[in-house]
Amino acid sequence: MLPFLGIIQALGLLTSFALLGTRSKGAGPQWLAFQGLLCGLVPIIMHADGLTTQVVLLAIGNIVLKGIVFPWVLLRLRARAPYHREVVPFIGIVGSTLFGIPVLALSVWLALRMTPALKHAPFVMLVLSIFLIFVGLFLIVTRRKALMQVIGYLVLENGIFVFSAIAISGTLLLVELGVLLDAFVAVFVMGIAILHINSEFGFMDVDQLTALRG
Amino acid sequence: MVMVFATAILLLLFGGFLAVVLCARSGVSQVAGQVGAISGSALGLVSAIRVLLTGKAEGMSSVWHMPGGSLHFQIDVLSAFFLLPVFGLSILAALYGRSYLADRKGGYALAGSWFHLNMLTVGMALVIAAHDGLLFLLAWEIMALSPFFLVAFDDQKAEVRKAAWIYLSATHLGTAFLLIFFVLLGRLAGTSDFDGYAAALRDNPALSSTMFLLALIGFGSKAGIVPTHVWLPEAHPAAPSHASALMSGAMIKVGIYGVVRTLTFLGAPEPWWGWLLIAIGASSGVLGVLFALAQHDLKRLLAYHSVENIGIILLGIGIGVLGLAEGIRPLAVIGFAAGLLHVLNHSIFKGLLFLGAGAVQRAAHGVELEELGGLLKRMPWTGATFLIGATAIVGLPPLNGFVSEFLLFYASFFAVVQPAVNIAVAGLIVLVVMGLIGGLAAACFAKAFGVVFLGSPRSPEAGEAREVARPMCAAMAILALLCVVFGLAAPTVVSALDRVVAAATGLTIGAARDQLTAVTGPLTIAISVFAVCIVIAASVWAVRSRRLALAAVRTAQVWGCGYPKPTPKMQYTASSFVQPLTTQFHLFVRNREVLVPPEGYFPASASYSSESSDPFLRGLFAPVFRWFDYLSHLEIFQHGLVHGYVLYLVITLVALLIWGSVW
Repeated sequence: MLPFLGIIQALGLLTSFALLGTRSKGAGPQWLAFQGLLCGLVPIIMHADGLTTQVVLLAIGNIVLKGIVFPWVLLRLRARAPYHREVVPFIGIVGSTLFGIPVLALSVWLALRMTPALKHAPFVMLVLSIFLIFVGLFLIVTRRKALMQVIGYLVLENGIFVFSAIAISGTLLLVELGVLLDAFVAVFVMGIAILHINSEFGFMDVDQLTALRG
Repeated sequence: MVMVFATAILLLLFGGFLAVVLCARSGVSQVAGQVGAISGSALGLVSAIRVLLTGKAEGMSSVWHMPGGSLHFQIDVLSAFFLLPVFGLSILAALYGRSYLADRKGGYALAGSWFHLNMLTVGMALVIAAHDGLLFLLAWEIMALSPFFLVAFDDQKAEVRKAAWIYLSATHLGTAFLLIFFVLLGRLAGTSDFDGYAAALRDNPALSSTMFLLALIGFGSKAGIVPTHVWLPEAHPAAPSHASALMSGAMIKVGIYGVVRTLTFLGAPEPWWGWLLIAIGASSGVLGVLFALAQHDLKRLLAYHSVENIGIILLGIGIGVLGLAEGIRPLAVIGFAAGLLHVLNHSIFKGLLFLGAGAVQRAAHGVELEELGGLLKRMPWTGATFLIGATAIVGLPPLNGFVSEFLLFYASFFAVVQPAVNIAVAGLIVLVVMGLIGGLAAACFAKAFGVVFLGSPRSPEAGEAREVARPMCAAMAILALLCVVFGLAAPTVVSALDRVVAAATGLTIGAARDQLTAVTGPLTIAISVFAVCIVIAASVWAVRSRRLALAAVRTAQVWGCGYPKPTPKMQYTASSFVQPLTTQFHLFVRNREVLVPPEGYFPASASYSSESSDPFLRGLFAPVFRWFDYLSHLEIFQHGLVHGYVLYLVITLVALLIWGSVW
């Protein structure tokens, strides 16, 4: 099972770097879809020796939502939004990609420190989950458009999903359903909010929301 | 049978929510709030009275999804006693409130005021019923926040907003100490349940003393002890009068409840706790009444009298604690009985006086003393009930205020004759202080009642004042009746306090009863003598009225030193009436005076005005808050950028992760 996890880790890291470095219009949701698919596979591989219906349902639900539904919603949203450039970040594309390298190092170091506490968790997945969390937060902080912030939020959620899939053994379903529900609601709320902000104010730049400050 | 209490809380909440939901239709929304408040509080009153009668504590406990706390409520005798003013005043405030607010516009504001009025009652009831530290703090926050919105009812006025902020700062200053208090106590005891606290502090006097100080500051700021009283004179004039009545009659008593409840955790008290309580009580009492003397605003005056009465309550509890510490049982029992009974009495007459002030405000469009006058003829119900309230608060027999002050005097005289010098000195101090307070309070209410209700109107508005609506009169009449009943039935009331005093002091019920029975004898004599005197005076008055009605009576101007045309301006003003006293106490009462004296042989115009300001607000709190203003530079961190806020989260997260990994 370790080789599979290694591949997933490599691909997961690549999608994260792709999201950090993406400049083109539709690339964000597509990379996100791929990443969601990868993360959905993790619980199946982890529990390969004793696969239960619970785990399978969870994985399928996750893949459907994060691999298909959310990216589709975001793509539709992007199609309706009238802005010209997808990515106008506070930190440039090159800067973001370069930023990924020390963060990856930090993730490896943190994973090393965490291993004694989480004996059953595969090291590679631990690195991936921490890295995903950091990248998600980084995207939320540095991207101007609400759409990329939603993507950042979902990357963060992927990280949490992977972490819970490897670290928690017993109450996996309960925890995951909770987080998944959060993400589900969040995407729709944000989607609706983005559309409304756009139609009301004619922009989708989150930093311009300071205009609303009293 | 804690279900009654739970239903009461739910009814209060439901009424409040319904008022908000229906806010588009102002009339219906107000009825919903009122009905919820009255029905809920009536049920709550029933549950409290039942506990007082049976003496059995009622409680419920269930698991709470809050880490470190449990949902443990318990209404024991002490809680039930403090629930009486809360629920009782809530009923009357609601009865009074709808007529009081009848001419106000604005569905949202009105619905909000009903919601917060009910939330205030809920908060107070939950604080008193809570048997768990965390639950207590949560309920305390509900209780502390609701008045902020009540005070800010007329939020379009700048001074009202200022008053609300002063209240909010003062209340959180106290909460900060309570937070430390409960967290420390919880850590020591290893549980947040009240049952565990006593065991944790049993044999540790130093720790108990620290806890006592924390509780005294935290609860004292809510009760309004000097110098943390500054919010009272600001908040009460700004709030609607029925809210002031509930805040002054019930909410500040919750602070006293906190002190008394804390004393039950702390084990055997140290003598200096009693001394400290007496010192705080004496300074609050004397300064409260002195500041009250100088006020021109009826509600500010009443607010300062709340400070004074909290002082009297603390004097009683202080004497009681001293008695407990020195093992002098009569002193302990009667001291606590005096303090606790004064809690109940003060809530009755102060509720009445605030409702009366509200009626004056509504009828004469103001509570500025220099613009009122002659209202007794125009508003007989308000005038008569206010007079009863004023007589009671001054402590004149045979009304209820007399009873608790009598107990306090009894305890002090008992202390004076003790062989131990320190006890005798404490008794002497309380005697002197109580004498001073009583005299000054009498002067102050002579001024308040005289200027507002006697004489002739000083403004056209006061001249056109009419009696207020019936429900308002009814609420005031009920409270006035209670003042009389609690006064005349004093021996019964005092001996019924045995369970409450036993719960507060930790003595047995029998021991408490023995001491209290000893007081009822003298009390009965005092009450009956004065009752007989009043009956005689009333008969003489009746005979005189009859004789005058039969005879031909000629009315004429009062002799005006030969001046034939007196005007209302020639009456005593509020400030001139008390000027001899305020000059005497110039050390404490610093009025800002502007005097333009008449000049020449034919003076054209002259004026005098004085403005009182609280020296503690000016000298102690204003500099501190000016310093806090510098902190407003930190606003650059609150920039409104979502990215920035998430960045703070990230930085904190990374820092915590690294910190956790390295160490």
